[in-house]
Amino acid sequence: MPNLTAPLKTDLQNAARKLRRLVVQSLAKAASGHPGGSLGMADVFTALFFGGFVRHDPKNPHWAQRDRVVLSNGHICPILYATLAARGYFPEAWLDSLRQVDSHLQGHPALNKTPGVEMSTGSLGHGIATAVGMALALRLDRSDSRVYALMGDGELQEGLCWEAFMAAAHYRLSNLVVIIDRNDAQIDGKTTEIMNIDPLDQKLASFGFQVITVDGHSFESLFDALNAAQSAVDRPVALIANTVMGKGVSFMEKEGHKWHGKAPSTEQATLALKEIGA
Amino acid sequence: MKATRDAFGQALLELGRENANVVALTADLGESVKTGAFAKEFPARFFQMGIAEANMVDVAAGMATVGKIPFATTFAIFGTGRAWESVRNTVGYPKLNVKIACTHSGLGVGEDGASHQALEDVAVMRVIPGMTVVVPADYPSAYKATKAVAAHVGPCYLRLGRPSVKVVYEKEFDFTIGKANLLRDGSDIAFVANGPCLAFALEAADELAKQGVKAAVADFHTVKPLDVDTLVRLAERCKRIVTCEEHNVIGGLGSACAEALAKKRPTPMRMVGTQDTFGESGKYQDLWKKYGIDAAGILKAARELL
Ligand SMILES: Cc1ncc(C[n+]2csc(CCOP(=O)(O)OP(=O)(O)O)c2C)c(N)n1
Repeated sequence: MPNLTAPLKTDLQNAARKLRRLVVQSLAKAASGHPGGSLGMADVFTALFFGGFVRHDPKNPHWAQRDRVVLSNGHICPILYATLAARGYFPEAWLDSLRQVDSHLQGHPALNKTPGVEMSTGSLGHGIATAVGMALALRLDRSDSRVYALMGDGELQEGLCWEAFMAAAHYRLSNLVVIIDRNDAQIDGKTTEIMNIDPLDQKLASFGFQVITVDGHSFESLFDALNAAQSAVDRPVALIANTVMGKGVSFMEKEGHKWHGKAPSTEQATLALKEIGA
Repeated sequence: MKATRDAFGQALLELGRENANVVALTADLGESVKTGAFAKEFPARFFQMGIAEANMVDVAAGMATVGKIPFATTFAIFGTGRAWESVRNTVGYPKLNVKIACTHSGLGVGEDGASHQALEDVAVMRVIPGMTVVVPADYPSAYKATKAVAAHVGPCYLRLGRPSVKVVYEKEFDFTIGKANLLRDGSDIAFVANGPCLAFALEAADELAKQGVKAAVADFHTVKPLDVDTLVRLAERCKRIVTCEEHNVIGGLGSACAEALAKKRPTPMRMVGTQDTFGESGKYQDLWKKYGIDAAGILKAARELL
């Protein structure tokens, strides 16, 4: 079980800064895309991929024993791409081609175009349901691989998500860890105001999940929860990660949902990079 | 240059003022689909349904049974894709007066990529019995199309785009559901187009005119019910037809025309559109070029027939 030592914590802080830098740079270059959720989930991605939780081999993306990370909120793929590049799945130079014609890096994750992407997502709700399928099939193969499904809180308004949750609990998928980006923001406003999903913890618990609420920007909190998830026995685990949209860039944090899907201009990117300091 | 989705937003606002039964629903895309002005003026008749398109369409169907004229709005991929079975079974089958009004159709979505680019929405709406399918080409015709689908009693699919496109209808014109508009007469070849392809077809016709080839250009804004009379007349006069659409050539305008002509007047045809492929991320202008949805693509198809 990964242990958050002081030196590791410093490494993680540096890694998170780097991921945030790559996100801002690639989105500014693309001049379109979704910075808010990408920056908000940077610490979660850091913990998963740099903290020793996800079992994977960047040189062998199809390794059968790998854990699967499915980005059900596919629009925040800039953070997935930054992570995969930083871990060596493909050259960082690919990030410069994000969202352009003929790119390996599509505006939403595409299974057959990018090494390390586990499922084509972007249409909300499908990722979690396919993650349930992966978890069922892995268990059938007696694999000890885990499936991590990342989701947006607005995404949870899709009925499909709850069909998938029902199936995950019904089949007691203890190899499934759902991580929800609870930033209370979506395109048109605050999730609580657009279409309320609260009380989320109680809903998930009543669906049969082990529910852990975490501070999505605290490595201590994330390590505790991810370690607890590794010892789940008879049910799927849901982490409700409280996050701030645009975390690390103060002008984005302040404006919340306005940064869901708007790329920073060159000047804004310069400001953002100064703050991120990587 | 103006976007058809903006025309929709303006017409919807006016419909709100003209008819108290007009209501609008959206699925967390209000800003993109341009329901904002309507929502501001008629907050009680605007329903934010969250990211839940199948539910939105069913809710709209329920409202229609009480006499409302609901416009259910989202991106084309979600309104006709995620919600397809809702549209079929709760709007189409009971013949309810629901308007599925979707923006961000086709490659015009651009950078968001294939997952968001509906290139099959016309096909899947067209196969639903009783569904009216309208694909306006520019701002003025999208404005009139919105008014026309509101006035039409019955299920309608209105297909709108994200990018600013050229204004084709500069003068007064008639917009009647089910009636094609002949924009240019010709005798050598006919371009049967809709959506952004109408402007491309006119461009291609200009190019052919320089070489003495007279191309007719018709706006087939209504894919269903198709204006078969006009189509057959064009086929008889021009003997060659190129259909042009920002959609997969399987199931869309090209297919609809081929189905009609096969029965009434078999005619050599080419179909401009995406050729049974998904789109990808990129600037929409780059994508239109790469996938042959432009004047050059239409000219290439025309030369195969001439
Ligand atoms: C089925 C479906 N409907 C609508 C959309 C358009 N869309 C993309 S992201 C988004 C909002 C998602 O909100 P949330 O999950 O909270 O993500 P965040 O804004 O926090 O990044 C919407 C409505 C979509 N991608 N898929």
